[in-house]
Amino acid sequence: MSFAAAFFYLFACILVGSAFMVISSRNPVYSVLFLILAFVNAAGLFILIGAEFLALILVVVYVGAVAVLFLFVVMMLDVDFVELRQGFLQYLPVGVVVGLIFLAELVLVVGAWASGPGVSVARNAVMTYPRGNTHALGQVLYTDYIYFFQIAGFVLLVAMIGAIVLTLRHKPNVKRQNISAQVARTPETAMEVVKVRPGQGL
Amino acid sequence: MNALLLDYLPVVIFIGVSLVIGLALLVAPFLVAYQNPDPEKLSAYECGFNAFDDARMTFDIRFYLVAILFIIFDLEVAFLFPWAVSFGGLGDLGFWSMMLFLGVLTVGFIYEWRKGALEWD
Repeated sequence: MSFAAAFFYLFACILVGSAFMVISSRNPVYSVLFLILAFVNAAGLFILIGAEFLALILVVVYVGAVAVLFLFVVMMLDVDFVELRQGFLQYLPVGVVVGLIFLAELVLVVGAWASGPGVSVARNAVMTYPRGNTHALGQVLYTDYIYFFQIAGFVLLVAMIGAIVLTLRHKPNVKRQNISAQVARTPETAMEVVKVRPGQGL
Repeated sequence: MNALLLDYLPVVIFIGVSLVIGLALLVAPFLVAYQNPDPEKLSAYECGFNAFDDARMTFDIRFYLVAILFIIFDLEVAFLFPWAVSFGGLGDLGFWSMMLFLGVLTVGFIYEWRKGALEWD
């Protein structure tokens, strides 16, 4: 068994094992941590087939950002374990039905799967490219696939605006620093000279 | 063994060394340290008083907004890497398509700045 094959089995075994732990561990926070382990091992598999850019983007975006987002969601859920188990039997039939439908669909998909005509060539293309696949991606992404690239930009814009519209709630009556107003203050606008007559207060 | 995977050999060695050091530091206390546990030693220590309640409480949605905005700009930077690597051969179209992409995201950035999403209160 070659060195690369040994690493493939190592990454694949840890990936499957941690993916199983994601759905079977009781504590959702542990699930997220196992998900991170699964992402890192998937990145290792990507490196083994030569897709370096994809592997490192998986680590940067998914491990660095999406997993943090998942942790926030899990912590926001305020999970009460006793309450969670209460409805278990009640929801069991629905869950079993949904699971069986998904299983049937997966079996149909895998059963009908066949390798396309150009796939074996395309699989080697990543490896044989002389200057690495980051360069290969860059050569086609911004020119040949310009519409997809621009649509990705607009999707990110929509995500940004949507996140702000949905979650941004400013407290009323919060005092903020207004630097231009602060700098523009002069003695004339800031001070007022009041003549006080003797014997009378203000 | 191809050249690409050989480039990653130092990373594998690094992970191996860090694994050995981490495991050694985890296992050594079990073997070496003097152990005499009692309930007070094993309970959670919270600076003198008993723990008030569970650590799992809901917290502010604004953390979530910060994380989402971070992911969006993270992805923007991810698109910049292949562009920078193959910049020489891209020509005008590649340059201006990236400028348009950055412009669209700058519109979003100005929106979130003016809206005050980068301020806490």
